[in-house]
Amino acid sequence: MSKTRASGRTVGGLRSLSLQAPAVTLLLLWMLVPLGMTVWFSLQRYNLLMPGMEGFAGLENYEYLFTDPALWRAMGNTLLLVGSVLVITVGGGVLLAVLFQQEFPGRGIARVLAISPFFVMPTVSALVWKNMMMHPSNGVLSWVAELFGLPAVDWFSSLPLTSIIIIVAWQWLPFALLILLTAMQSLDDDQVEAARMDGAGPIAVFFYITLPHLKRAISVVIMIEMIFLLTIFAEIYVTTSGGPGLATTNLAFLIYIQALLDFDVGLASAGGVVAIVLANIVAIFLVRLVAKNLEN
Amino acid sequence: MKLAYAFPLAALAAAVATSAQAETITVATVNNNDMVIMQSLTEAFEEAHPDIEVNWVVLEENVLRQRLTTDIATEGGQFDVMTIGTYEAPIWAERGWLAALEDLPASYREDDLLQPVRDGLSYEGKLYALPFYAESSMLYYRTDLFEEAGFEMPEQPTWEQVREWAAELHDPDNELAGICLRGKPGWGENMAFVSTLVNTFGGRWFDEEWNPQLDSQAWQEAISFYVDLLGNYGPPGASSNGFNENLALFSRGNCAMWVDATSAAGKLYNPAESQVADRLGFAPAPVAETPKGAHWLWSWALAIPATSEKQDAAQAFLTWATSQEYIELVGETEGWTSVPPGTRQSTYENENYQREAPFAGFVLDAINSADPTDSTLEPSPYVGVQFVGIPEFQSIGTQVGQTIASALTGDTSVEQALQSAQRATERTMQRAGY
Repeated sequence: MSKTRASGRTVGGLRSLSLQAPAVTLLLLWMLVPLGMTVWFSLQRYNLLMPGMEGFAGLENYEYLFTDPALWRAMGNTLLLVGSVLVITVGGGVLLAVLFQQEFPGRGIARVLAISPFFVMPTVSALVWKNMMMHPSNGVLSWVAELFGLPAVDWFSSLPLTSIIIIVAWQWLPFALLILLTAMQSLDDDQVEAARMDGAGPIAVFFYITLPHLKRAISVVIMIEMIFLLTIFAEIYVTTSGGPGLATTNLAFLIYIQALLDFDVGLASAGGVVAIVLANIVAIFLVRLVAKNLEN
Repeated sequence: MKLAYAFPLAALAAAVATSAQAETITVATVNNNDMVIMQSLTEAFEEAHPDIEVNWVVLEENVLRQRLTTDIATEGGQFDVMTIGTYEAPIWAERGWLAALEDLPASYREDDLLQPVRDGLSYEGKLYALPFYAESSMLYYRTDLFEEAGFEMPEQPTWEQVREWAAELHDPDNELAGICLRGKPGWGENMAFVSTLVNTFGGRWFDEEWNPQLDSQAWQEAISFYVDLLGNYGPPGASSNGFNENLALFSRGNCAMWVDATSAAGKLYNPAESQVADRLGFAPAPVAETPKGAHWLWSWALAIPATSEKQDAAQAFLTWATSQEYIELVGETEGWTSVPPGTRQSTYENENYQREAPFAGFVLDAINSADPTDSTLEPSPYVGVQFVGIPEFQSIGTQVGQTIASALTGDTSVEQALQSAQRATERTMQRAGY
């Protein structure tokens, strides 16, 4: 990689620096002030319900945070949630993209319908799933179970995290489909044709031509979804409130509990800092991975 | 584009111009039925006080708590009247966040307010909030089902009897649960009920040195009983049912019994809102080891934050919404079962109310006999029947509520759940410097 700017020309010197300064300063303020305040609060003993107890606490908040069994459970849940949704959406997205690439009557409408769940607001889709799909007595799923003579499943109490994963995956599968379908359309038909003539079956075509072609798109999907899935909140808030117990508490929800149910600003900020660090670690690995893929 | 903005702006300007001399107060309240009625009667208040306009912020209970607590703790000053409960009133008053309600007009008849409710809203003998409605808890049951099965409701049922009845009446094939109870986590949801259950099993939250007692024998027994009762004979999805969900279930006829707030009685006896109004029986909340603390005491009240710059207008609203005249207004316009219960002696002396609400005397007794200062078998250092009157309790109650809910769904065993609840409570108390 050569050291060129996005605009294509190399710039330097004091004059251009002074021209860039206002924009850069604004961006830094935009980013640094909230971050700095979070770090500052995380070092304070600051609970909204305890006026008069404020003061510098050193690393006390972090100590409490890291000795809290809830933190590890929340981290585990976060990773499990992100991982499962990624596997489902990428796997399902690739399969659906291949299917929707085929010619069939009504393909346009079918594509729009398949993509539409992505445009439903998270709170709305969570409510729909909670009250109309997974409800143990009024839900569609319990009605289906009854048709087969099976007992109705109380989704949010017996399979809480699985239910959240289903809801989130339902929302993000269309996103993966959208990106992957677009990528599919740039697949060279001649290449497939040639492979067919050489005697390759549909499975061989999929594994040796389609999948390598989708590699870049898949890494983009993984990166974008990862960023959004780390902060899943509305679906949990609306359906299970992090419970039962801590079964569906992810990092974002844990911070919410500390900040707005316990009103412990210090502890919540410490949780926020940990979340930022975690997100950055993930981001570094991801960006490397994607960059490598894109270069190839 | 510009025109589209211009019209609402002009309308706004016109509105401001006409009300230039009127003072606007912002009232934050919870979306319970009684408050919705209060909102609909705003006009009556504004007619009597032409110089005051009321602006409403109506929120769901949990959201309201968050908004109010953050606003008052950071001295945000968004609201002039806040709806708070028995839990918040003394704690917030101690921090100087609320304006003391002294020199109320004589016409307000302060001495008409029920003593336990009044005490619950006072700090160091001064009143800091006026009760809008108050409640205790009681057992509701279906008389038709009890007759059919040949059960007789004694004057004071025990929890053991309740379990036997629930086991007999439970009929999931016909969508009938033996018993409905709160299962939704939260200190104001499942823990309100669970605390009374623990009290009557002889347990307490803290000993006199503020050591958490959640791993004690009494808690074990109470929670095991709760998990067994609600888990086996409760409605499907019991762990996500709170007061409103259970109210809907019971009034649709899906529960044989229900132990919850007395404030539900008005709705359950109203044939327009309840399908079981004509076959409804009630009894005191069941007891186990001790009658102490078996039924709770709660009131929703209106208070003025110390930061409000419109104290006089706010106080005018407060005294209107909690007055005897207001109660009569609701009785005449909405029907007597809909009046805010539990606040005033005069409500219970009212003949109309006595005639329409067969539960009136019973509720009055339940409220008068609940004692927040002496609610546990062994002595405890805190005030409150179904809560602990310390600021940390919101956090503790929410955490413990979550672990109890996970025991209810079978995610963890009762023993494990109580151990982790104990550890979490110890940590919170240690952090708060007890």
